[in-house]
Amino acid sequence: MTSAVSVSGLIKSFGRTRALDGLDLTVSTGEVHGFLGPNGAGKTTTIRVLLGLLRADSGGVRLLDGDPWRDRVALHRRLAYVPGDVTLWPNLSGGEVIDLLGHLRGGLDQRRRAELLDRFDLDPRKRGRAYSKGNRQKVALVAALASRAELLILDEPTSGLDPLMEETFRQVIREGAAEGRTVLLSSHILAEVEALCDRVSIIRGGRTVETGSLGQLRHLTRTTVTAELIGPPDTLGALPGVHDLHVDGGRVHCQVDNDALNPLLRRLTDVGVRSLVSQPPTLEELFLRHYGAVTDWPRSGEAR
Amino acid sequence: MNAITGTATLVRLALRRERVRLPIWVAAPALLVALQAANIASTYPAEEDRIAATRLLAANPGLRLLRGPAANSSLGALTFSDAFWIIAVLAALMSVWVVVRHTRQDEESGRGEMIASAAVGPYASLAAAVGVAVTADLVLAGLTALGLVVSGLPVAGSAATGLAIGASGIAFAGIAAVAVQLASSARTATALSLAALGAAYLLRGIGDALGRVEDDGLTVTSAWPSWLSPLGWAQQVQAFEANKWWLLALPAALATATVAIGVALAGRRDHGLGIFTDPGGPAAAPRSLLSPWGLAWRLQRGVLLGWAVAMVIVGAVVGSLGQQIEDLARNARLVELLTALGGAGVDLSDTFYAALLTLIGAIVAGFPLQAMLRANGEESAGRLEHVLATAVGRTRWIAGHITCAVVGTLVLLLVLGGVAGLGDGLVTGEPAARLITLSAAALVQAPAILVLTGAAVAAIAFLPRSAGAVVWAGLTVAILLGPIGGVVDLPGAVRDLSPFTHVPPAPAADIPAAPLLALLALAALLTTAGLIRFAHRDLALPA
Repeated sequence: MTSAVSVSGLIKSFGRTRALDGLDLTVSTGEVHGFLGPNGAGKTTTIRVLLGLLRADSGGVRLLDGDPWRDRVALHRRLAYVPGDVTLWPNLSGGEVIDLLGHLRGGLDQRRRAELLDRFDLDPRKRGRAYSKGNRQKVALVAALASRAELLILDEPTSGLDPLMEETFRQVIREGAAEGRTVLLSSHILAEVEALCDRVSIIRGGRTVETGSLGQLRHLTRTTVTAELIGPPDTLGALPGVHDLHVDGGRVHCQVDNDALNPLLRRLTDVGVRSLVSQPPTLEELFLRHYGAVTDWPRSGEAR
Repeated sequence: MNAITGTATLVRLALRRERVRLPIWVAAPALLVALQAANIASTYPAEEDRIAATRLLAANPGLRLLRGPAANSSLGALTFSDAFWIIAVLAALMSVWVVVRHTRQDEESGRGEMIASAAVGPYASLAAAVGVAVTADLVLAGLTALGLVVSGLPVAGSAATGLAIGASGIAFAGIAAVAVQLASSARTATALSLAALGAAYLLRGIGDALGRVEDDGLTVTSAWPSWLSPLGWAQQVQAFEANKWWLLALPAALATATVAIGVALAGRRDHGLGIFTDPGGPAAAPRSLLSPWGLAWRLQRGVLLGWAVAMVIVGAVVGSLGQQIEDLARNARLVELLTALGGAGVDLSDTFYAALLTLIGAIVAGFPLQAMLRANGEESAGRLEHVLATAVGRTRWIAGHITCAVVGTLVLLLVLGGVAGLGDGLVTGEPAARLITLSAAALVQAPAILVLTGAAVAAIAFLPRSAGAVVWAGLTVAILLGPIGGVVDLPGAVRDLSPFTHVPPAPAADIPAAPLLALLALAALLTTAGLIRFAHRDLALPA
């Protein structure tokens, strides 16, 4: 499988602030790739480098087999972008903006445009200044999704959308993926990434800290086990890989490293199990493990 | 809690936010009036000079349209007619800007919503905005009067001048208070208020132009349209001569009535919306919009239209004056002033045109600079990100804006020269020839303007975050060293730093090609440097 996006060791500084500090990112053609990180981690800066709006200080960056800085105009015919904070021209109507951006990208599917306006429930006659934040976002989304672009780059595209519209957004992205489009979806809404993405990259302080499929990432973390036993268990705490153990009579609640699951279950069945609940880690826990406990949070200033 | 609870706090908030801009808006016009008084006193020291200048004003309908009627030849009366027409407009602009900014603009930015959700009366923000505007107008009136008294003019006339200017401002604070209730957006509220100001100016001008010159040749009785205009009422106070104080009751009454209407309407509209709602735009874009050029033109055309209208008016006034300037030939100081400004001919009217075209040309440079800063604004507001993420190259995008700036400049100069030439030709009886001569003379200003345009392109490419300050400072310096430098006798080497110094004094002299080509080459060089840098730098986008 070829790569739509491949970034390695990307470094970008603004003055003395280092926004990207050796970032790696690979998006395979045809996949929906989640790009996760808290505000200030460098998501937007990475995307702006991919779009040739900012120039990389060093590192290798390839986009659709081209150089995003030198070949930007040619590459932009093949992609569509939705910025995180959409500002529109106050005097242009939403419909005008959709047509303008679509045309400048090299064409717009008129049937798809009408369908998307309907599905997103967007009035194209309003002027830019009259739209709410969510509706401005919809204008940019319709413009991007009605294009024939093979790569969609979406920077926190659902900020400001209501849950109903978020669901519409997910459907449309799934349809796009089914048509074979590649999607790079930057987000900090974990449920969205879990619902849509094949693979995920998590970044922090301008560096990639984790990347892989959701399944792979789950292997890296712990399963939560809750069990009701016939009798009180002995010395579970001595088992390697068992954490946060709570024992209340016959009730056991703990977290366990995935490779330590077997010895734990053997010990539990030795005592006798009345009921057992085992939960795989959610992306939420994955995320919190990377960010929640960290106290030496690197400051990356203005950059997102 | 009553309807205006919280007004005092909002006034303090407004004053805090305006602590830099408002003092400038108030002090600069007052200072300008004092300077004009000093200038009149030194240009026309003798009674006969003042009589000649007053007769010129009284006899010329074009000049009356621009500046108002003549009212005798005293130093004070000349100062009043010299200052009122423009300073009253500045006061009105200040009022409109303060009222719109602290009502609808706040509502659009979302700040107003935060304030309205607090324990604040429903009319408090309107009361605070109007209160700040009226106070600023009164301070402007006081400072103006003080400046005139210090200049040695009579106290009563000075006070009347200040109050006439202040009352004009207050009347438009009231008009803006209605406009912000009606309009669908802050921008249209400003446009509506400015349209009212334009209409007031035009009515005053038409009434004064149609007025009757009295037998002494020094005073003009305005026709009825002047009495339909708040600016006309204030001008009819005739400071230093008749001092008709009671006329100030008219703008005051208008302000009271309009604020009352504003309050009544404010209770009938929703927060953030006007009584008139926006009918919306087209659901699909016209073909003409679908290119970087189309977008640039759409963003620039409104400003260009405003400038073009101004050029028609200025051209008409200049063209109607040229042949009457001979009447003033006896005033040696005026001839000297015109020559210093850039005129150098044998023919006095051509000297006059050369001087005025240089001066107006320097002001026309404001348009391309504004256009380039608009492009810069697209970048800093983040809208450029959308466009450059499509298959549009950076050079192609900025070229659209440069084209609007350059073509717009040429159009403005042609309108200025063409209308002036037509006006002049109708007097001299050879409209076609004069139209060509003065259009060419106006176009001669273009290379110097294009140098500044090129500098603006370089400024937004090299210093995107501070381009506005750099560009306006550049224009100010170019004007100070150029046309103004000639008047105050700066050394030639210093004056040569301004592109305007190198503009040949057409139509008073021949047009040599060398300096114009040199200016064009410099303009091309600056533009190219800007284009190269712009294609190779990071965009200055919002975080």
